[in-house]
Amino acid sequence: MRPILMKGHERPLTFLRYNREGDLLFSCAKDHTPNVWFADNGERLGTYRGHNGAVWCCDVSRDSMRLITASADQTVKLWNVQDGVQLYSFNFDSPAKSVDFSVGDKLVVVTTDPFMGLPSTIQVKRIARDPNEQTTESVLTIKGPVGRINRAVWGPLNKTIISAGEDTVIRVWDTETGKLLKEVDKEIGHQKTITSLSKSADGSHFLTGSSDKSAKLWDARTLTLLKTYVTERPVNACAVSPLLDHVVIGGGQEAVHVTTTDRRAGKFEAKFFHKNLQEEIGGVKGHFGPINALAFNPDGRSCSCRSCLILIMSSFSSGGEDGYVRLHHFDPDYFSIRM
Amino acid sequence: MAEVISMADIEASAARLGIDLSSINLDSIQLPPGEDFGIQSGDDGDLYQDDPLEFEGGFGNIIVVDNLPVVPPEKFEKLEGVIRKIYSQIGTIREGGIWMPVSPDTQKTLGYCFIEYNTAQEAELAREKTNGYKLDKSHIFAVNVLDDFEKYMKVPEEWKASEIKPYMPGENLQQWLTDEKARDQFVIRAGSNTEVFWNDPRQLMPELVHQRQYWTESFVQWSPLGTYLATVHRQGAAVWGGASTFNRLMRFAHPQVRQIDFSPSEKYIITYSSHEPSNPRDSHRIVINIFDVRTGKLMRDFKGNVDEFATGGSGGVSGISWPVFRWGGGREDKYFARIGKNVIAVYETETFTLVDKKSMKVDNVVDFSWSPTDPILALFVPEQGGGNQPARVSLVQIPGKEELRQKNLFSVSDCKVYWQNNGEYLAVKVDRYTKTKKSTYTGFELFRIKERDIPIEVLELDNKNDKIIAFAWEPKGHRFAVIHGDGPRPDISFYSMRTSQNTGRVSKLMTLKSKQANALYWSPAGRYILLAGLKGFNGQLEFYNVDELETMATGEHFMATDIEWDPTGRYVATAVTSVHEMENGFHIWSFNGKLLYRISRDHFYQFLWRPRPPSLLTAEKEEEIAKNLKKYSKKYEAEDQDVSMQLNEQDRKKRKMLQDQWNEWVAKWKQWHEEERQFRIQLRDGEASDEEEEYEAKEVEVEEVLDVSEEIVADQD
Repeated sequence: MRPILMKGHERPLTFLRYNREGDLLFSCAKDHTPNVWFADNGERLGTYRGHNGAVWCCDVSRDSMRLITASADQTVKLWNVQDGVQLYSFNFDSPAKSVDFSVGDKLVVVTTDPFMGLPSTIQVKRIARDPNEQTTESVLTIKGPVGRINRAVWGPLNKTIISAGEDTVIRVWDTETGKLLKEVDKEIGHQKTITSLSKSADGSHFLTGSSDKSAKLWDARTLTLLKTYVTERPVNACAVSPLLDHVVIGGGQEAVHVTTTDRRAGKFEAKFFHKNLQEEIGGVKGHFGPINALAFNPDGRSCSCRSCLILIMSSFSSGGEDGYVRLHHFDPDYFSIRM
Repeated sequence: MAEVISMADIEASAARLGIDLSSINLDSIQLPPGEDFGIQSGDDGDLYQDDPLEFEGGFGNIIVVDNLPVVPPEKFEKLEGVIRKIYSQIGTIREGGIWMPVSPDTQKTLGYCFIEYNTAQEAELAREKTNGYKLDKSHIFAVNVLDDFEKYMKVPEEWKASEIKPYMPGENLQQWLTDEKARDQFVIRAGSNTEVFWNDPRQLMPELVHQRQYWTESFVQWSPLGTYLATVHRQGAAVWGGASTFNRLMRFAHPQVRQIDFSPSEKYIITYSSHEPSNPRDSHRIVINIFDVRTGKLMRDFKGNVDEFATGGSGGVSGISWPVFRWGGGREDKYFARIGKNVIAVYETETFTLVDKKSMKVDNVVDFSWSPTDPILALFVPEQGGGNQPARVSLVQIPGKEELRQKNLFSVSDCKVYWQNNGEYLAVKVDRYTKTKKSTYTGFELFRIKERDIPIEVLELDNKNDKIIAFAWEPKGHRFAVIHGDGPRPDISFYSMRTSQNTGRVSKLMTLKSKQANALYWSPAGRYILLAGLKGFNGQLEFYNVDELETMATGEHFMATDIEWDPTGRYVATAVTSVHEMENGFHIWSFNGKLLYRISRDHFYQFLWRPRPPSLLTAEKEEEIAKNLKKYSKKYEAEDQDVSMQLNEQDRKKRKMLQDQWNEWVAKWKQWHEEERQFRIQLRDGEASDEEEEYEAKEVEVEEVLDVSEEIVADQD
């Protein structure tokens, strides 16, 4: 398996997202310009210019027509995927950290950071079919969690919102009332900041990665802890394979602690675990900074993460603090791994 | 054990007595000293209970000076001045710390006074130094620490025959050696926990024996034969052991103990502490105690300034090199010795006094070491008088103190002595100046201790300018290994003290070129050696068979800092301790370099195998076993197979269980997913929902003309 190195960003990667067909890969980085790539050969298709701060997260609509991006410039912008034209810009009072389209793409959930005395929030916006009719008001605003909310996603049938962040607690909110429905017990939950959250293909379960050097798999409906995967490094990114019973988690020693003597010391590896047996299958090395993003190609043969790692499924990608996206196509023998 | 009283009982009895519990400040209740009304402390009293060394009372820093002159008020100040002068030299007297009571009738002093120092150590020192001090003929000071009065007052007037306790058979402290699976134990310290494990290579994981939080306050140490585990606390050291678990067997009181050391057959333990002087110009004060391990009796103590214990004689020495006292005489714990200025002081353990009542005078001696098996000392005296007097290595027999062998060495910059562990050979690594005196080169002087007249042989490396990075004797063997070289990848050479004709000459066996290694670890059973590249080499490991002169395996334990063979030479542990922030933990390897299991622990401080006493089998018996190894090993191989089958079976079951559980979840999710399908389609405005919907992949070819250029091609014929 030869990785394809995609050098389009000048700053650390923050997020990677495939469209539904798996032919396009969207990448966000701390430079201000999200990119879109051909997921097959790593060729850059275009950029989305307009943000004035780090772009933390993005999501693409089911029909691959709309891209939405969350940025530290306190805006969330809606783009036309095809021509890179900005359709609308939601303004916030603090940096936006994550975005997620609902089923049906009519709603979007945004999280904003605590900033200048304002608490962090989870907000739901309605996305109009025609951008000219787009309005800015929030359908729902949830406050409560302390510290940054690193990720909020829709639960099954848009009935719930699942959030996770610096206060280490995973919470499930009612989307009608904004009430807290469930939260994870401190005992079984993560011990340190939850850095990432990634849903399975059918949305029935999700994976969270944390600085406590572990990733945990949860039932999205009941919030039961299903599995725990332990590594040697803080986890910045995680993804669930759509094809096999595998998960991939990535991270590495924090940049400030990185040794100057040997790149192996940082363990900047994307590690594959058997989803069920919780055993480590293998690792994909290559980044020379912590891995910030991971994603599997949903067409069954790829995955992409924020720092890009190319592995053996159809493909997956990883994006790193080093500014590279690595696109990995899985070798055929990946599919015949026996545990 | 006190009966446990529940809160409800207390409330009931309070109601009966008509006491309102809420009006009582429980903190204000004080129990009479020495009485606890059956209330036990909730703390881990086991360790600290009735420890005499707690600073109870707090009068340890006050001394009482008796036999002072009795003076009238007009001479009071003069006397006080004299006392202050004497006692302020020893330590810092607290403000208003001298109190000389006067008789209310006569206004004369009563002939004694109290002096309060800053610390108990100073008070103790003052007592030692001035007890018996002659102020004049009729006034000889009698000095005591105030706390001692209470102690001596308590001595009953009448002598009572001490009770003879009935004999209690002790536990079998060697129980761990009788393990059916012949496993070895090790202790680790990680975070605040200290844990003892069985190394169970068959199960590919360790099995916990005993675990305790805050078991030690600084480090732990096994005794040399593995009987005891020593822990170190502020109040002193303790040893632990027992048949099935670890119980405290003995305590050795020594406040602020820093270092401990056992005698080779663990009869005695030496404890060491160094105390900060109250006056920064003074040097540190050192206290060394020697205890009998089994009875806990203090056999001898040494106290003094750091200078008196510093090695190297010739002044300007930075500090103490531990161990101060080194044990000699092999397994019998007969002698121990320390180095001083121009002397070696050798003590014997029968009386704990100097051998022949005097120490051995050796001018300018800087280093010494004992033979591991015999009462023989190796001394090193450096060059004197700018080279007029050569440097000297000599072997001295104890107790006779006669010199067995001496070797003069010229233009020497430094020497280091390596004993082979059977005491058969001694290697002296000699660094000599080159003619220009600008650099040094290294050679070896090899002594054959057990042969007549102790012949000496000189060995120089093929390239004598090579720097020596490491040297190690094969345990119980006749070979040694040297890492030498200047570049980043040094060479490793193996030598034997025998040649193939078995004559007494040293011969080279093999040189391995450019290895990533800087440390040598022989298996305790000999034959195998682990060539390790620590620090700069990031933990490269090479398992080498010296009999066959071949590499068995290579491995890596990234960033490894420590390596230790188990006492039988079957397994090796490599560890990353907390000197590194990351990767803390240890790996266990088989002797031939197969990685068996890995354990990671944050804040990993120590890994120590439990030593074993030497084998009781005779050499002949061992040889016989080696010869018929096949016969003996059959049984163990069968067992191994059983265990591995069992493990496989367990593993299979566990996996099946996990898979079943998972399938159940998936089925449930599928069902929900199916149920919710209509809703999803609705949410998506009637668009077919999930995987079921189909889309066509059309391949579209787009051609773009980027550039058109015309070139005239010459017609070629």
